[in-house]
Amino acid sequence: MTIIKLAPKRAFKTPVNAQTITPDAFQEKTMSEIAELHVWEGNRRRKLGELFHISEEKTAGSESLRIEVSGDLRKVRWIGAKMTTGEIIINGDVGMHLGEEMEGGKITVNGNAEAWLGSMMHGGTIEVKGNAGDYVASAYRGSTRGMNGGKIIIHGNVGNDAGNAMRKGVIIVHGNAGQFAGVNMHDGAILIKGNCEGRMGADMHGGKIVVCGHVKSVLPSFTIEAVRKRVKFEGEPVEGPFYLFLGDLNTKGKGKLFIAKNPNQHLSFYEKLL
Amino acid sequence: MTSLLIKNGFVFDPLNGVNGEKMDIAVENGKIVEKVNEAEAKIIDASGMVVMPGGVDIHAHIVGAKVNSGRLLRPEDHVKDVEPKTPVTRSGVGYSVPSTFTTGYRYARMGYTTVMDPAMPPLKARHTHEEFNDTPILDKATYPLLGDCWFVLEYLKQDRIEECAAYVAWMLKATKGYAIKLVNPGGLEAWGFGGNVRDIDDPVPNFGITPREIVRGLCKVNTLLNLPHTIHVHTNNLGKPGNYVTTLETMRCVEDLARDGKPVIHITHCQFSAFAGDDWRTFDSGTEPIIKYVNAHSHVTLDMGQVVFTDTTTMTADGPFQFLLYELSGNKWVNSDVETETCSGIVPFQYRRKSFVHSMQWSIAMELALLIQDPWKIFLTTDHPNAGPFTHYPRIISWLMSRKAREKILERVNKKTLRKSLVPTIDREYTLHDIAVVTRAGQAKALGLKSKGHLGIGADADIAIYALNPETTDLSRKPATVRKAFERAAYTIKDGNIVVKNGEVVNAPMGRTFWLNVDAPKAEIEISKILQQKFAEYYTVSYQNYPVPEDYLAVSAPIHVKAEVE
Repeated sequence: MTIIKLAPKRAFKTPVNAQTITPDAFQEKTMSEIAELHVWEGNRRRKLGELFHISEEKTAGSESLRIEVSGDLRKVRWIGAKMTTGEIIINGDVGMHLGEEMEGGKITVNGNAEAWLGSMMHGGTIEVKGNAGDYVASAYRGSTRGMNGGKIIIHGNVGNDAGNAMRKGVIIVHGNAGQFAGVNMHDGAILIKGNCEGRMGADMHGGKIVVCGHVKSVLPSFTIEAVRKRVKFEGEPVEGPFYLFLGDLNTKGKGKLFIAKNPNQHLSFYEKLL
Repeated sequence: MTSLLIKNGFVFDPLNGVNGEKMDIAVENGKIVEKVNEAEAKIIDASGMVVMPGGVDIHAHIVGAKVNSGRLLRPEDHVKDVEPKTPVTRSGVGYSVPSTFTTGYRYARMGYTTVMDPAMPPLKARHTHEEFNDTPILDKATYPLLGDCWFVLEYLKQDRIEECAAYVAWMLKATKGYAIKLVNPGGLEAWGFGGNVRDIDDPVPNFGITPREIVRGLCKVNTLLNLPHTIHVHTNNLGKPGNYVTTLETMRCVEDLARDGKPVIHITHCQFSAFAGDDWRTFDSGTEPIIKYVNAHSHVTLDMGQVVFTDTTTMTADGPFQFLLYELSGNKWVNSDVETETCSGIVPFQYRRKSFVHSMQWSIAMELALLIQDPWKIFLTTDHPNAGPFTHYPRIISWLMSRKAREKILERVNKKTLRKSLVPTIDREYTLHDIAVVTRAGQAKALGLKSKGHLGIGADADIAIYALNPETTDLSRKPATVRKAFERAAYTIKDGNIVVKNGEVVNAPMGRTFWLNVDAPKAEIEISKILQQKFAEYYTVSYQNYPVPEDYLAVSAPIHVKAEVE
């Protein structure tokens, strides 16, 4: 395996557009060629080697490529955008648009990720050990085509609008979620193991959202369908019991919203409507 | 100004009967001239290239309030199509609703030099002209929407044609417009109250006048005022299955108003008005009767409204149709009412090959273009951006010129379309001469633009040169070559200046804005008092503030018209 290690030479004040930090761009390139790749720092065009220390390590085994980026990357955006293969490991906090439109491969973040994580991704896996910002797996502003495949696992919390206009794929959040999880969702599945701030699945047309923690309320445009003992998520059972809501009726949607019963005793009045 | 000499090109100038002959074109002071001093002139070697007049587009929504709302509505349309600035051009964005500067550059790159914006709510005239002032290179004009205006409806209801003509004359001057545009006549007024008109004889609520009377009335007004273009009609029931009957009726209703075999009506984006069937399941092509009618009559011109399979933004003044489209697609939408004048709507839309209706729409436009025998009666448009962005014109040219290219599209469309479409049975392939007619000469003639669309002595030196050799290339077998040549003009010359070279903009001067200065003084004074009173009653804008002053236009180019009304 080839491991290419990058570390910022200095703290960045302006955002760095690092679309070239992908295994696809690094593949079959020598170290000097990699250092020549272009990145934008603000409105200045720079070479990758000007902004990052780059080193290479070869280990025995497969021929696959791994990129390790370490340091303060909060200003570095679009890492792994459109990548199709290989692996990226990020040690530290990373900026917006990580893995945007990615099609394959794997990204692991040992830290936090900012907004637009994995937006419009088609395939591959992203795992974040810390928290993620708003618009995880979301569509571009105004678009109705969000995440279309792949998997995102977040061990911490996520911000608002996770899975906006999602079409396919899976998002698993081990922590809490902000408002509007799965807004305008068409298909796919979201599992939130913690609490959710509310308005889950607004405008959803299809797909599945499972919330295991506390929610303040369910949107009035959802209708209660049943109480289920458990729900299947990616083939594995998640123990409940869960209230099953259907909606969003405003868009004649057929989305499924599962809300855990035990942490949400204040929703028990819905049972009368069954 | 320097003089130019374009040498040895294959010239296609249909209005002057030049069909691919090798000749030189001389340019001096922005006009085509007999000859220039070869020692002083800049020589452009066009040997092995096609030389045509600059392209003319009769119908493309490029500016105005509704286009701008479309821009605001679609950030996702802009992000995928970004143009960085160059030393000459400004930066811009937009695929289906490009920003104003980008619109100008992209048209020029395709060799187009004159573009007409076909739908201006009169109240939004200032906004429209402000955007025109930011649209470089192109000569342009706009058609005010008059088919649902309360004043027009009232005058026509009382059969006061001459006063209506005076009002229209005033309106063209006040809004700096070029032609009379009718969109779903009567229907838009009804939409103000949540209704629509069912057909051409369904009376408009509160006015009791039928669309037929509006079309006939404004057609008479058009003739009285001697306007260069005919009435420009977007038919009732547009975009609904079975609407070809309405289209035929609309064309028939002005048949008796034609004089000397000249056109009196232009049915725009006819594809959307040529649907058969009772609903979307029984949807079919209704082109056959329309083609038969148009082939047999000379008072009609059409434009195609060719569908391109892409993601686009539909926008028209036809509010009820846009609402229908929103209900069909479930996409985001805008709908708005413009006081006493008109309304409008916007819905993003994706045309898919595999959809039966969308691929039939593609086929309908192709049938119209290929089966109407006379190319002077049908023009190439996509009703930009309704059926596709104008940047796809070169592709459409390649479809028209090559059966092979059409077959390639048909391989991938919905199977039901393949059974129903007439396109596989059509052998006709357009020649370069036909293309020159449908993309420039025919449109300029229909618009009555005397100095455009041809390369005769005295014409504006708007010239497009394409790197395409009709002698060595088999155009019908090489659609990709044709498309590429028309996508990036080797040279575009505007008023004698080279503005595009090898597909890149090298100079971006400001083009003119044409408008009609209609001379009907006596009648106008008579109506002005009534107008002042009614403006106070109807409008949020005062009569004095309503007209757009001439100095509001960056490059004003009034065309003087002597009306027949006294």
